[in-house]
Amino acid sequence: MVKCFLIHTLCSVSTLSPGETRILYSRVFGPEDLQSAAPDGELHMEERHLLQKEKLALIARQVQSACSLWREALGRPPSEVTLGGESVALQEAETGVLRLPAGEPYLEECFVLWLGVHSLGFTMVCEPHENLLLAEGTLRSLAGHCLETLRLLGPGSEVLLKSDRIEAMLHHLLPHGQLLFLNHRFTQCLGKELAACIGK
Amino acid sequence: MYASGSESLIKQAREIQQEELRSFYSKICKLLQPQGREGGDTLDCLQRLRLIVSAHKYGRTLPVDLLKRLQDLLCCPSSPEQLQVLSSSILRESIAVCEDRLALRDHQDGRTVSYVAVVILAQAACKSELTGLCHHLLKSLECWQPDVQVSRHVLPILSRVIACSPHSLSEDHVNLVSRKLVDWLRYASVQQGIAASSGGFFTGPRTRQPVPVTEVDGTVVGDFFTVLCVGQGFTEDQWMNMYAFSMIRKWLLTYDIEETSSGDTDDKSEVDGSVMSMVSATSSSSRMLPPKERLREKAFEYCQRLIEQSDRKAAKKVDSDLQKACLVEAVTVMDIICKEDASFVYRAFPCIKALYGRISGDLAFSRTLLPIAQFYLNHSETAAVDSEGVFRQLLFSFPADLFNESMLAFEFTQFCRANMAVLRERVTLYRQSFPNLLKFLAWNSPALVSEYVELLPSLLAPETAIELLHSLLDLPCLAAALDIQLRAAFYPSSDRALWDQGGRTTSSLEAFRQPYYRGMFLYILRLEAGTGDTIDRLSMLHEVLADMVESPRVVRCAQTVPVLLHVFFHAAVQFADRKLINQLVLVLLERSGLLLSVKNYKMEVQRVFSFHLLLLCKLQPSLIMDLSRELLDFTGATTNIYHKEELYTHMVWAIGEYLRVGHDSHCTVEHITTFFETLEAVLFEITQVRQSASPPLYSPRLITVLMTTLAKLASRSQDLIPRVSLFLSKMRSFTHSGPVAACFGEEDSEEILTRAQELMNLLKLPNVAQFVLAPSAQGSSPRWHRDSNTSLPLSMQVLSGLLQKQTNFLPG
Repeated sequence: MVKCFLIHTLCSVSTLSPGETRILYSRVFGPEDLQSAAPDGELHMEERHLLQKEKLALIARQVQSACSLWREALGRPPSEVTLGGESVALQEAETGVLRLPAGEPYLEECFVLWLGVHSLGFTMVCEPHENLLLAEGTLRSLAGHCLETLRLLGPGSEVLLKSDRIEAMLHHLLPHGQLLFLNHRFTQCLGKELAACIGK
Repeated sequence: MYASGSESLIKQAREIQQEELRSFYSKICKLLQPQGREGGDTLDCLQRLRLIVSAHKYGRTLPVDLLKRLQDLLCCPSSPEQLQVLSSSILRESIAVCEDRLALRDHQDGRTVSYVAVVILAQAACKSELTGLCHHLLKSLECWQPDVQVSRHVLPILSRVIACSPHSLSEDHVNLVSRKLVDWLRYASVQQGIAASSGGFFTGPRTRQPVPVTEVDGTVVGDFFTVLCVGQGFTEDQWMNMYAFSMIRKWLLTYDIEETSSGDTDDKSEVDGSVMSMVSATSSSSRMLPPKERLREKAFEYCQRLIEQSDRKAAKKVDSDLQKACLVEAVTVMDIICKEDASFVYRAFPCIKALYGRISGDLAFSRTLLPIAQFYLNHSETAAVDSEGVFRQLLFSFPADLFNESMLAFEFTQFCRANMAVLRERVTLYRQSFPNLLKFLAWNSPALVSEYVELLPSLLAPETAIELLHSLLDLPCLAAALDIQLRAAFYPSSDRALWDQGGRTTSSLEAFRQPYYRGMFLYILRLEAGTGDTIDRLSMLHEVLADMVESPRVVRCAQTVPVLLHVFFHAAVQFADRKLINQLVLVLLERSGLLLSVKNYKMEVQRVFSFHLLLLCKLQPSLIMDLSRELLDFTGATTNIYHKEELYTHMVWAIGEYLRVGHDSHCTVEHITTFFETLEAVLFEITQVRQSASPPLYSPRLITVLMTTLAKLASRSQDLIPRVSLFLSKMRSFTHSGPVAACFGEEDSEEILTRAQELMNLLKLPNVAQFVLAPSAQGSSPRWHRDSNTSLPLSMQVLSGLLQKQTNFLPG
């Protein structure tokens, strides 16, 4: 199962300090680290919310540094985006995987799969015992969908305002964080459902 | 691309004023009146609300009436899906404090159930909050019919629930789900479903002949439906087949494990035990099995079929990628099943072996070979199958040919991590192959260093420890050599002109092709331990690689070496005997200068060496005597001071500390005198003051350590005391000379003089000096602190009292 999915920046953002990243979209699937007894009240909810966001920020920072190390090793300068080059950008994207040891930040050990497309990072945190080959394919196809439907490589801010599109996409292609074995026909059927949902 | 526009949008959403926010909330409330929700304005406002609730890490609490409206919108089956998406995501991101929590009702449609479940799962704070959801899911599973639309997402939601709380399902529940999984996995329809038709004018609902689904290569299926079957559309049970297979691994891992320990299953295995299931465990006989075992059987058949189907040539790339992912999953699921019930091993092996034979030659399938290797590791002994070929390929060909595949590198190291103990014990090739395994690390160093910190001790053996140490020190060379190897393959040597244009990079690349350097590169890139040794020509290799030392990959690689050296020494001393420790110290001395000149690399390595040199000496003080000739050579050469001061200083201190009869009975006055004379000559040489001399290139600490060591040695052979005293008395003129004073500064000079004075005073009382300068080995034991009569502080007080008196008696 996938624990969460993130879209975040890999470039430096003027209002943030150098090591920081801006999370543009995040989706956490289901509860994490549940307790058996009911905790008390509102305060706890706020704390949990904050803790969850801090965990995501930590993961995004780790991905940013992993990606920059990777790019540095390749000796490849950050290339400029050519318009309409989403598919090219996706092909040239760097990809990698990290291990989050138990307790840092999740209770159990997890794997972080990331895909760096120019200045954007697409990140997926997977539980152990997950099929990384399938996860990698899924991440790539999710990133492709996002780039295409939200024109992420363009100058707009659709990723912030039209986040419901990502939401719907995840709901169909990665329901509740379940990675799916989809052949091309299943993918097409889901694509049609998705298109009907976001009204295209 | 991330634009400043987005940044200001986030700022606005964060800093929105309370007043404005309130009116925005009430506007949305109005828009969400049960009638007329669907306006474009509603969509736009909800999108903005979504941004406002998620823009900050601190959650926002929405007013109760708005929450109510959003919940109504979410739970109403007639709402457009896009609005349901938005409302579920707003409820998820906000801090919802509502009296009546969301409840699932029986008549809700599948889509709504799934969106409501998103919110319930996101806001659950404890396991009991999931029981309602769980019951609803099980109920809808129980009454599932192919033609009745329930949530297709029932299985994904269920696997999310069991991921966070596996005990929400009772034994009966588990059996119920197992039965359903069997139905979907094994008995889904093989006719195509009606495609979600475009609803054109002319395509009326007409009864068509049922069309069978096809394999990925287009042939009609001859067996049951799997995720590798395609059709124009899919029936509900085919969809469930796909969801069921997607969750089967998790399900088996969660619910197929505990059961085997109970007594009655043993009895059953007697009945349909290995012989039975080896001969025939056909589907007809398996109808009798209890649900869990039946699921095992059907899942096994499903995996076998997937492996068969993966041999077909897929027409689409998506499908050929899916085939690989399915192979990984199928082999892993078979492995899980075989672990639970060993009788499956005999049925699995022919299939796994055939699969291995089919794909082992194709590097495109490299990642699917890892679960196969895992299978061999777990079960080849049970089935008495030879596994050497599999591991030979895994340990030799993968790192050598695919070191630059970062995903494979990661999965490979995870495989090794998970199986460290077994690999070490059962696969003899594992420890031999460390020069090859280090290639993954050299190439992907920052990403994999924490994995190798764990792996390294498992690679270590007494026979290969020394070679492993050399290999670690040569890791930056390995990174450089791999880089050159890749480039050499990229630019064939016929295109000389092409790679000649590279300017600086050509020389190492050129050297790589020259037969003269061939042996050295082959040594660095070797696959196995114990083959070849070119230590004597290492400095030549370093020269050849000089143009690579600034490559980011080499620099990063060099930065990881000190960490690994620490791990190495900590692990090595666990089993090292006298001989090995002596060898290790020799390597420290030899290699401390013989390193690739990457920025800071030598310094960092020498720091680690110094630290472990002291530990090794403490562990085995007699090594000073064993290696006296080498140590004399090392400490006698003043160049070592200028290039390896840290290590040199520690070495000298260790000599002073451990060269005495108490540690090695062979230690004689002659030995002490030899060391004394060598060090005396060194100190004399570096403190020689000529007016023209350049300022000293070493720290004041070296001087004090040398003086102290000489004093220590003299205290053990008292004839030497006058010599050292005379020497110490000359230190004043040394520190006051022009260049030294300018370099060391007031405070440092003062320190040197104070130390010299203290030592001189001590040596005036030879017996006391011997006691203070060479406390017995028990000195650090706790007894000294407990026993008030022999405590060290007390002794020191008495001594300093005596010394004070002595100095008072002395003139000026």
